[in-house]
Amino acid sequence: MKRYLSHPFWQGAIVVVASYVAFEYVIGYALPVIGVASAPVPSSVILEYMLIVLVGILLYMSADEERWQRFREPIRATMVRRDRRTLRGILMVAIPVVIGWLAYERVKPSYAAPATLRAVHPAPPNQLTFRGETIELTGLENPLHEEGSMAEHLAAGKRIYVRNCVPCHGDLLDGQGHYAPAFNPVPADFTSSGNLPQLTESYVFWRIVKGGPGLPREGTPWDSAMPAWEQVLEQNDIWAVILYLYDQTGFTPRTWEEEGEGGHE
Amino acid sequence: MKRWVARGAATRGVLLAALALAVALPLLAQAPGPDYGEFNFLGLDRRGAVWIAAQLHLLFAAFVLGVPMFAVVIEAIGMFGGDEKYDKLAKEFTRLLLVAYSATAIWGAILVFFLSTLYPRFWAYLTAIFAPSMWVYAGLFFLESFTLYLYYYGWDAWKKGAAKKVHWCLGIMLNIWGTIVMFIANGWLTYMMSPPEGLTVDTAPQTVQLWSAINNATWMPINIHRLLANVVFGGAVVGAYAAYRFLTSRTDEERAHYDWMGYTGNLIAIGALIVLPFAGYWLGREIYEFSQQMGITMMGGFMSWLWIIQAFLIGILFLAGNYYLWIGMGRIPGAERFQPYIKWMLLVLVLGVIVWATPNTMIADRDEIAAMGGIRHPFLQVLGVMSAKNTAVNLMILTTFLSFLMYRRANKDPVVPWARAGTMLQGAAFALSAVVVVFYGVYGYFVTAIVRIGFSVYQVLAVLATILFVIGIDMAMLRGAKSRGEIRWGRMPDRSQYALLILAVTFTWLMGLMGFARSGIRQHWHVYEVIRDTSEQAFTPALGPAATIISICVLIFFGLVGFIFWLGGLAERSVYREAEAKVRAGHEGRAPLGDPLPAPSLGDVD
Repeated sequence: MKRYLSHPFWQGAIVVVASYVAFEYVIGYALPVIGVASAPVPSSVILEYMLIVLVGILLYMSADEERWQRFREPIRATMVRRDRRTLRGILMVAIPVVIGWLAYERVKPSYAAPATLRAVHPAPPNQLTFRGETIELTGLENPLHEEGSMAEHLAAGKRIYVRNCVPCHGDLLDGQGHYAPAFNPVPADFTSSGNLPQLTESYVFWRIVKGGPGLPREGTPWDSAMPAWEQVLEQNDIWAVILYLYDQTGFTPRTWEEEGEGGHE
Repeated sequence: MKRWVARGAATRGVLLAALALAVALPLLAQAPGPDYGEFNFLGLDRRGAVWIAAQLHLLFAAFVLGVPMFAVVIEAIGMFGGDEKYDKLAKEFTRLLLVAYSATAIWGAILVFFLSTLYPRFWAYLTAIFAPSMWVYAGLFFLESFTLYLYYYGWDAWKKGAAKKVHWCLGIMLNIWGTIVMFIANGWLTYMMSPPEGLTVDTAPQTVQLWSAINNATWMPINIHRLLANVVFGGAVVGAYAAYRFLTSRTDEERAHYDWMGYTGNLIAIGALIVLPFAGYWLGREIYEFSQQMGITMMGGFMSWLWIIQAFLIGILFLAGNYYLWIGMGRIPGAERFQPYIKWMLLVLVLGVIVWATPNTMIADRDEIAAMGGIRHPFLQVLGVMSAKNTAVNLMILTTFLSFLMYRRANKDPVVPWARAGTMLQGAAFALSAVVVVFYGVYGYFVTAIVRIGFSVYQVLAVLATILFVIGIDMAMLRGAKSRGEIRWGRMPDRSQYALLILAVTFTWLMGLMGFARSGIRQHWHVYEVIRDTSEQAFTPALGPAATIISICVLIFFGLVGFIFWLGGLAERSVYREAEAKVRAGHEGRAPLGDPLPAPSLGDVD
């Protein structure tokens, strides 16, 4: 056993297996058991990671001449030595079969929707129209910061959210509303650090105003079920609900650069 | 005769480019014809044709602008240090320029022909604004050409005393002309990205002031970014040339020389690469400030996955660059003592690539999305944002620098009394820098985006300051150091040379990809929000078709560069003839790996 553990080839093999176990099972299944939020890693990402690990192992093994010779020795022996004929025969059948099976798995007809790549936060336009009124989005701030009582705005935002948004985005703002399981893509999770803190309030305003139908060309496929709320809500209703979202999640919206720091627009 | 042929080809190329410009300028500035010309060649449309011509022109131009920058520095090292081998190396670098220069001009001419015939109205628009600068460009092109001829062909004639200094000044002039030429061309293309404020679709081109058009928001960031990138690219391509010559060499002396040349090319490429992210960051910031829409399209929207491809390519660069150094330590007596550290440095690099290649939004099928509760992974999403990626890349830069430091010190034992303290100080600087990088990386998760953006500056500054500080100590500490033995130049396994070739190909592909990103973020505009693209190609190609075009460009480029390499080999065939004859007479062609060979004398190269 010790002999195997000190051999470069088997060391490499152990690292490959251990890496796969870590990516597939530790991240996917062990972390949730100990209370860390996680989920199975998509196969596209596992493939990426394993390729990187494999390249790293080959680089390490071949960076030193002696180690490289030792690493290749079992491969070479299996390919040429007489006493390894049985193993050689098994591998010569098994390798094409495994490759053939993998190829079949990739090309066989499937009813599942293909894996998609969506731009979750597509680039916003420089301006939008709200029921015919043109609004410049660049540099736009939430007007409710400067007017009225914040407590009243938050109360209004809460009321609007509960009436209109809860069915999809959920009462915990985590995108897990009653209708959510029926949608692909799933409704936005406002508690995720990848959403609200990455966006300006004007961006969120644009997404609520125009919804799925207003997604730009790069937002394909246009299968978001988000309605265009400009037909239902007033501008200040939308600004109020935005205040409520940031207040409830504790996130701070992305801000515009100060004038004088090179801002062009 | 060969030299005359090379000079003739270069001159013809320059004349062709000037002729194209001279014909196209006055005629097409007034052309009232259709907006677009017809083009279809083997399925390639007009945009593909212009894309390929522009990319190939840029690749050759980057090479002919990058190489003189370090050729003139290496010449100065030879001139002021009194070591002739550097002078010979600088001349060998410059020789590669001659044919590459004509290729630059030829592709430039093809680009002008394509633009003026396939996009006549847009070309007329550009010439209406930029015509004076185009004439200056053509004039400087002539100056640059003839300065290059004087620089190369005068190398041996002006070899001593004051004449050598004059010759060196010619090299500097060559760089100055080349840089101005590039700055002018950059003005044209950056105008298309970020035209001056106030321009609309109704603005007549004659009313646009030339200087305001050139001095636009992204002009200077592109200038600096390209200056540095040209050095990186030039170093990588001469490294590939050396690798090619190494692999085809027949004598130990030849192998020793090209091993050294490859090492120098790689050192230049990786050295300049380390500061390139700074310039890239500035450019990205300017793009974002010019237009939020453009910035988001580039970083978070349509092109966000392009950065995952870029991460892979950068990962290849870091891994291949370090691999070359590690494998090169096999030919340095005393390097064995650093071998145990390699696996830990590799671990940092592999983890860094994994972090950088982790997408923020993942390609996933319906079941996977359902399991994740969205398109972001609940655990891995912490690696998908810039805080993680900046931290990873800065640690990778530090690791690469550590590899270089070990390589540099491998066969030396410092003799200064403070050597131990100096080494500890260097270690402390590395540790402190890593702590700063990790601290701001983690802290970035707890602050707003606007604050977080500023953190990346602190991280890069910490790394750059460490590099300067550590190298300063190292230079002082290794003065008069005891040698453990000479580097056995030429005693490199062939696979090390493939690392150099991979570096050159990856840099080329990366330039193509980043060029697509820069140009593609204009989307359906020739000039952003001023001149709309109304052709049938008024859309941004997806990554797949873009990757195909980029790959075609890389293949054509290396096909032509391979020809240039072969020509370079022809020119030097006689140099090693004598040594080869010895080999054929019975000497061993390749000495055993343990057998030391002196550093390349280069006495009879060229």
